[in-house]
Amino acid sequence: MNYEAVIGLEIHCELKTKTKIFCGCATGFGADQNTHVCPVCLGLPGVLPTINKRVVEFAIKAGLATNCEINKYSKFDRKNYYYPDLPKNWQTSQYDLPICEHGWVDIDTSEGKKRVRLTRIHMEEDAGKLVHSGTTIKDSISSDVDYNRTGVPLLEIVSEPDMHTAEEARVYMEKIKAIMEYIDVSNCRMEEGNLRADVNVSIRPEGSDQLGTRTEMKNINSFKSLEDAINYEIERQTEVLEDGGHVVQETRTFDPARGITLSMRSKENAHDYRYMPEPDLPPIITSDETIEKYRSELPELPDARRARYEKDYGLSDYDAGIITSTRAMAEYYDAVVATGADPKLAANWIMGDLSKNLNEEAIDITKSPVDAKRLGDMILLIMKDTISGKIAKKVFKEMWTNPEAPEKIVKDKGLVQITDTSAIEPAVDAAIAANPKAVEEYKGGKKKALGALVGQVMKATKGKANPQMVNKMLVEKLK
Amino acid sequence: MKVTKKDLENVAVLSRLRVPEDKQETYIQQMDAILTYMDNLSEVDTENVKPTTYALPMSNVFREDEVKPSLDREAALSNAPLKENGYFKVPKVLED
Ligand SMILES: [Zn+2]
Repeated sequence: MNYEAVIGLEIHCELKTKTKIFCGCATGFGADQNTHVCPVCLGLPGVLPTINKRVVEFAIKAGLATNCEINKYSKFDRKNYYYPDLPKNWQTSQYDLPICEHGWVDIDTSEGKKRVRLTRIHMEEDAGKLVHSGTTIKDSISSDVDYNRTGVPLLEIVSEPDMHTAEEARVYMEKIKAIMEYIDVSNCRMEEGNLRADVNVSIRPEGSDQLGTRTEMKNINSFKSLEDAINYEIERQTEVLEDGGHVVQETRTFDPARGITLSMRSKENAHDYRYMPEPDLPPIITSDETIEKYRSELPELPDARRARYEKDYGLSDYDAGIITSTRAMAEYYDAVVATGADPKLAANWIMGDLSKNLNEEAIDITKSPVDAKRLGDMILLIMKDTISGKIAKKVFKEMWTNPEAPEKIVKDKGLVQITDTSAIEPAVDAAIAANPKAVEEYKGGKKKALGALVGQVMKATKGKANPQMVNKMLVEKLK
Repeated sequence: MKVTKKDLENVAVLSRLRVPEDKQETYIQQMDAILTYMDNLSEVDTENVKPTTYALPMSNVFREDEVKPSLDREAALSNAPLKENGYFKVPKVLED
C-alpha cells in the first residue's frame, strides 16, 4: 500500500527584544549563568509580571506578515507542567484567545507553488536551560539549571497539517524564517536556538481523508535535522503499519548524529496542561488604528519583493525566488543593482560564483569578502567591455582574497580585454592557418566549426580578446 | 458520587502530591462536595453572558522594552536548596 505523510509544524521563534517578556531582565545570548534573572522570571511568590509592549507589536507584525487575522481581544493563560526549566511550574502562554489566527504563507517546492495555512501565532515565554551531569538526561543523577533564557519572548507559529513531504516542511520553515528576518522581529539564528520546530508526523493510506496517529519530535533546530527526522519517521511508521502494528502517539527525540528518532518512553508524555486564564496579566485589546499603524511599518515582504524583481528587473520567477529567499541576499542584490550593474547579470553572479564561494567556505553573505559595491563595479567592467564574462570569473576569484577595487585588479593583472582589431588579427590569422579542417568544415556549411576557431584565438590571447569581436573577424575572413 | 478514586489519583500525580491511603476516602468526599457546590452555578442561565477571562476592568497594561537591573547572582541563588557553580542544582529529571 502507498502511504501519504501528513506533517504539521509548531515553530518557536525567539524575539529580538532588549528585555524579557514579563520583566526588565536583558535577553542577550551567552551571558554567565543566572545573571539575567530577577524575582519575576524566577517565579518568586508575590511578584507581578507586566507584558513588554514590543512583544505585542512584534507578534501583531508577524501575524500581519503571514496573512493572519489579529484578535482584537487576546489574553494569556497558564500552561501547567512540572519541569525544572520552569521555575513557576507553569509557562505563561496563550490558549483560546491567541493574538493571531487563520493565516497562510505560499511556498515553492520542486512540485510547484503551495499554500500552507497557519492555525495561530501566540506569545509565550521561553524556558530555562538544563545542563545534565551525565551524557544524556536519563543517565544523569542531577542537572544544573540556568534561568537566563526563562522569560525570553517567543512566538509559537502553528501550521495546519498541510504538508506532505520533508521538503515541503523545510521550505515552509525557510519561508517563516525569511519573513521573520524581513520584518526584523527575530535574529533567527538556528544554531543559537532562536528558531526551532516541534514537528508532528503521521501517515495514512494514499487517498484517505482520515488522520493517522501522530508522533512529535521536539526542538528541531536545523533544516537538515527537520528533513532527516521527518524522512526517518515516515519510513519507521510505514514499517510499523506494514508489519501489521499500530503507531503509538508519543514524543520522540531526534538524534542528528545517527539520523534516527527514539522513543522517550517516559511518563512525561501523559500531559494534562490544565490551562487556566492568567490572573496577573490583563487582556490585550488591539484597536484597528494600532493594527493599521503596525501594518504601515512593515517593510516590503519576500513575495512582494520577488514580484517587483520580476516586473522591474525582468528576473525569472525562480531567480527572483532565490534572491529574495533571505533578507540579507535581497539587500545584497539591491546594493549591487544600485551601483548601476545590470540586474540580470547581478542575479547571475550572486546565484553563481558568489553563492558557490560562500557555500564552500560557509560564510554568511553579510560577511562576503566581495561586498556588493565591488561586485557591482566588476559587473560594470563587463558591461563596458573592459573585461569579458570569462575573464570576470578570474577577476572575481582574485577579488575573493584581494581587497583591491576590481578595476585595479584588472589593470595589475593585465586582464583588460583586447578590443583593438590589429592586436587580435595575428591570432585570428594563426588560428585559421593552423586549423584547416575546421575552416573547411565551416566553409562547407557547418557553422558550429567556428566555435573551435574562436576557442583557439581566445586561448592564444589568454582569454583577453573580446569574443564577439573575434567571432566577427573570423566570419569576415572566412567569407 | 462524581469523583472517583481514579480522579483523585490523577490529580495527585498532576500536582506531584502523595495521598496517604487512609486519607483517600476523606479527600474524595471533600472534592465531591466542592464540585457539587460548583454545580449549583450551572443552573444559572448564561445564554447571553460572555465568559469572564479577567476579573478587573483593566486592559493593555504595558511595559516599555527597557533593561532593568537583574538580581545579583548570589541573591538569586540564596534560597536554592542545592546549587553548583552558579547554577540551581536539581535532582534526576527523568525516571528510567
Ligand atoms: Zn527577570
